[in-house]
Amino acid sequence: MKLYDYILSPSCYKVRLMAALTDVRIDIRAVDFHPGAEHRGAELLALNPAGAIPILQDGDLILTESSAMLVYLASKVDPRWLGGGTAEEAARVQQWLSFSHRLTASLGGARLHEMLLRPGDIAGLQAQGTAALRELEAGLVEQSIRGMRFLASQRATIADIACFPYVALAPDGGVSLDPYPTIRLWSRAVRSIEGFIEMPGIHRLHDLKPEPLPETSGF
Amino acid sequence: MMIPNAMVDEWYPVGLFSQLDVSGRKTALMGEPVEVGRDAEGTVRVTSADGRMLPVCVRYGHIWTSLGEPRKPLFAIPEADQLGRRLVDVGVVRVRCSPLRAVENFLDIAHFPFVHTDILGAEPHTEVQNYKVDIREDEDEVWATQVKFYQPQAAKSASGGVTTEYMYRVPAPTCSILYKTCPPRPGEWDVITLFVQPLAEDLCDVWPWMALFDDETSMTDLIHFQQTIFVQDRSILENQIPRLLPLDPGMEIPTRADLTSVAYRRWLKRHGYTYGAQLVAQ
Repeated sequence: MKLYDYILSPSCYKVRLMAALTDVRIDIRAVDFHPGAEHRGAELLALNPAGAIPILQDGDLILTESSAMLVYLASKVDPRWLGGGTAEEAARVQQWLSFSHRLTASLGGARLHEMLLRPGDIAGLQAQGTAALRELEAGLVEQSIRGMRFLASQRATIADIACFPYVALAPDGGVSLDPYPTIRLWSRAVRSIEGFIEMPGIHRLHDLKPEPLPETSGF
Repeated sequence: MMIPNAMVDEWYPVGLFSQLDVSGRKTALMGEPVEVGRDAEGTVRVTSADGRMLPVCVRYGHIWTSLGEPRKPLFAIPEADQLGRRLVDVGVVRVRCSPLRAVENFLDIAHFPFVHTDILGAEPHTEVQNYKVDIREDEDEVWATQVKFYQPQAAKSASGGVTTEYMYRVPAPTCSILYKTCPPRPGEWDVITLFVQPLAEDLCDVWPWMALFDDETSMTDLIHFQQTIFVQDRSILENQIPRLLPLDPGMEIPTRADLTSVAYRRWLKRHGYTYGAQLVAQ
């Protein structure tokens, strides 16, 4: 399985994270997205005419939508990540998968503008990002009242993996997470999942590591 | 009122030479809009908002300019001309922080195990051993030498943990050059630079650039290694308080590990390099 990947891309990170959580080995093909704009070159346009990454290739299967990649990895290895014990839960997973595109467009757009100097209406992107975060916060509060820690279920599903990266990186685009306590708790819960991996800008929970032992001195 | 500032006469990066096309590049330097472009003969031109032609120098992959009158040529990096090195244009990353804070962070090693975990450092190897710092009067540069640190993966070309030796050099107020143990070529130093373009006192475009001995790693992997490191720093830089770099002793208490930072701040103050600095202790 080959992932056309950019280390700073939150959408690519969704796939790397899902693969790590399901213990799937993927071959990384690094794409010079910035500054080289390799995703708009002939080789990658042939795979994805939209000129975007990630692209996941497994034999004849070529996927260009990160949500589809999450579904593929989960279905193949560990269907528990698909959620869907009940009709309501299955629908919630789909609801948040679709919602994740709004996070990409708004918070992701703001991040590209603020960090990599991509053009865009920054005030508009930040306002849409804030609206999406408020909706996510409300959704997570409702879940917590139902006694659930994650977006669709008591355990994490692909919906959480689809939404987590752009939310965690919102401050990169100048959108603070300070007003959203439930999002911060959820972020902590996601980062606590066994097998979690970080990306630049998303730090691991150092406090979950064993207490560092003092170095043994030579005397 | 325009405050006279010695930094006006320094050179600053304003773009990658390899990325300059006919459409040019609109950017800014210390609050002033500037435009980078090429004339009919292909010569690089940088103009200010009031139509002034600014001094231009193309070096180390970047276009350099100055709002004032540079008293000396751009600093030398002799290694840049050494045969066999890969020259890496890492590309711009914008950071909402003081340009001086961006340089100061680059000079710090104590944060490696906590911010660049499992790459440039790892717990419990957090000790910063003694190193030497001086302001070299002849060159008028800040130097830190004999810096040693344990690193799990010091470079893309390193396999496994090594104790890496570093030298740091500050030849200009917003530029720093790091010389680092070169895993494939003992006896040579890898060169990693941080060129910072001050847009405002609390906003900068950072242009990392490298000159490495590494024939194995792909150019994309070299770029991504450095982007990974820098973007790990970015969120920390954007949250530092106060936003401007304090040059007077105040709330902060430096430790021995901060000797380079102390020398850098002293050198900035001595020259009146205060754009992005906080002068009175608060």
